[in-house]
Amino acid sequence: MQYLENKYFLIALTFVVFMATKYIQKRTGIALLNPILLTIAIIIGFLMCTDISYETYSEGGEYIDFWLKPAVVALGVPLYQQLESIRKQLLPILIAELAGCIVGISSVVFVAEILGGTREVILSLASKSVTTPIAMEITETLGGIPPLTAAVVVCTGIFGGMTGFKMMKMSRVKSPIAQGLSMGTAAHAVGTSAAMDHGYRYGAFSSLGLTLNGLFTALLTPIILDLMGYSI
Amino acid sequence: MIQQCAVLFSFLAAGELIVWLTGIPLPSSIIGMILLTVSLKAGIVKLEWVDKISDFLSKNLGFFFVPAGVGLMKCLGLINAQWLPIIGASVVSTFLIIAITGWTHQTIRHITTSRNNAISRK
Repeated sequence: MQYLENKYFLIALTFVVFMATKYIQKRTGIALLNPILLTIAIIIGFLMCTDISYETYSEGGEYIDFWLKPAVVALGVPLYQQLESIRKQLLPILIAELAGCIVGISSVVFVAEILGGTREVILSLASKSVTTPIAMEITETLGGIPPLTAAVVVCTGIFGGMTGFKMMKMSRVKSPIAQGLSMGTAAHAVGTSAAMDHGYRYGAFSSLGLTLNGLFTALLTPIILDLMGYSI
Repeated sequence: MIQQCAVLFSFLAAGELIVWLTGIPLPSSIIGMILLTVSLKAGIVKLEWVDKISDFLSKNLGFFFVPAGVGLMKCLGLINAQWLPIIGASVVSTFLIIAITGWTHQTIRHITTSRNNAISRK
């Protein structure tokens, strides 16, 4: 059984499971069978059954994790290709981002409070809509639990990516630019990947949304929490 | 592909350098992304130097989140105890962000374009 802890095996397993779940979703067309979500669930199930620790999995997983940073840099390309329309709409974009950011932070804190969240959990949720490195940094400075933030960030991303376009249909967000922005603002890079599937232009504005929301969230979270009565 | 990687990783490394020099509380990847956008715009970097790797990475972004998601198993106990506030708050907030960001953008855009049209009609 020792072989199952081999990092190359664990990397191969992650690729194969992702490929298989992608194929399943393509064949069935069921949105709930999200490949990222399914792969995470299957890997966790596998690790629990074989009694392999997360730390052991990480020895392989970190090589996949490693590509997150270059992948975010790569979003500079779609962003560049939409610079002209961004420049034309700079003011509406900035105001929309600011509104989304403030509503996002305050609503997650408010609802978590009502539903009986502990202080540590609430602080860990505040930055849940931005990309993992920013979110974990914020949680650390606030005194929350960074691993919880990482998990919630990924789940928020998957949830936003899966349901985002349906939510926008319900709430009548129609323009492609607004849709792209919303996806990136609410569901960071995972939402951006869903937006990319929808179209390159959506993906570009989603990259912009994730960048601006990342910046605003890093700047505003401590202030908003302070106003809501959390002394940090 | 080597050239593509060379350019992309140079921008990431530049982002890392800026973080290291200034201690700015932003991830190096976001700084690298902004630098790449600016350099493409300024013509320092040609699109065909990075388009292939960028296309591959940005289309498969979701996959790279799998290990971080598996990290969820580390806090299963906490999630079990606090699942209602965690899930409830995240779902409600995600919906609100999507609706508010989209609405605000659409509304302001609507106001500014109709005003511009009114001006150009005069």
